[in-house]
Amino acid sequence: MNPPETHLQDHSLPLEIAEPCIFAQPWQAQAFALVITLHDKDVFSWNEWADALSGELKLSGTSRDGSDYYDCWLRALEGLLIGKNIASGHDVDALAAAWSRAAQATPHGQPICLDNDPEPA
Amino acid sequence: MTHRDDHDHDNHLDPMDARVRALETILGAKGLIDPGSIDVIVDTYQNRIGPQNGARVVAKAWHDPDYADWLKLDATAAIASLGFTGRQGEHMRAVFNGPQTHNLVVCTLCSCYPWSVLGLPPVWYKSPPYRSRAVIDPRGVLAEFGVSLNEDVRIRVWDSTAELRYLVVPMRPAGTENYSEEALAALVTRDSMIGTGLVDIGT
Repeated sequence: MNPPETHLQDHSLPLEIAEPCIFAQPWQAQAFALVITLHDKDVFSWNEWADALSGELKLSGTSRDGSDYYDCWLRALEGLLIGKNIASGHDVDALAAAWSRAAQATPHGQPICLDNDPEPA
Repeated sequence: MTHRDDHDHDNHLDPMDARVRALETILGAKGLIDPGSIDVIVDTYQNRIGPQNGARVVAKAWHDPDYADWLKLDATAAIASLGFTGRQGEHMRAVFNGPQTHNLVVCTLCSCYPWSVLGLPPVWYKSPPYRSRAVIDPRGVLAEFGVSLNEDVRIRVWDSTAELRYLVVPMRPAGTENYSEEALAALVTRDSMIGTGLVDIGT
């Protein structure tokens, strides 16, 4: 049998991928849970969140198959936290770079810790 | 997962993964999150909440006319009575399929979805084609899901919002008169509660 994509036209719906796991990658689950937690803590209202997320999803360049849904989710969360002065774009960029360096420096199979960053700020 | 390649001493972090970790670091330092609670939420949504919750609601409505009436009048309370409550303070509305009416749920704005009864939305529910076409061409969308309805069946499309989410109560299939509530619940699929599927005994 051909994979379903081969006869899908652009306007078609993405067919369901066998979905034993709702998140394609662990970071998506983490990003999801961050939003739930921060809403529970009244950092933002659910309406604020829905507005932020729909704003990201409306941007052109969003993929037709919904595969970048959690990319949008994370950008919406970053935007909301920056807008509320809880995080700054600079700090997020710098810490993301530090996490990437730490991961590179961590031997395979060991947990990645930020302390492993070889060039801490 | 084990990969054997030339880079097996490097951990390359996906850029999005690095950004999530950066946010966790910032939020943890501010005392807004603790890693344990994040793990609990992930576990809850991945393993404990799912369409089996909604299936229990539907089966109870099929089995118990009083419950069905309550569900029609006040879905939020009727669903909460089974222990399923939304965390976002959203209200629920149950929309009942009938011989002349088929209900289809979408969220055109983002992807509001009744998490407490259906778990997290499937990939297609979040996709731009579904979000736009469910409203413009519901019959065509249903056909792609293998659902064909008679021409005289009216399709109602419900657009979810942050405050109001919908649960479709599909039609109870013929031949299930003697089924227990549990056996009925086993027939109810996720898609049938979004409106992109029907319930039948064969599945």
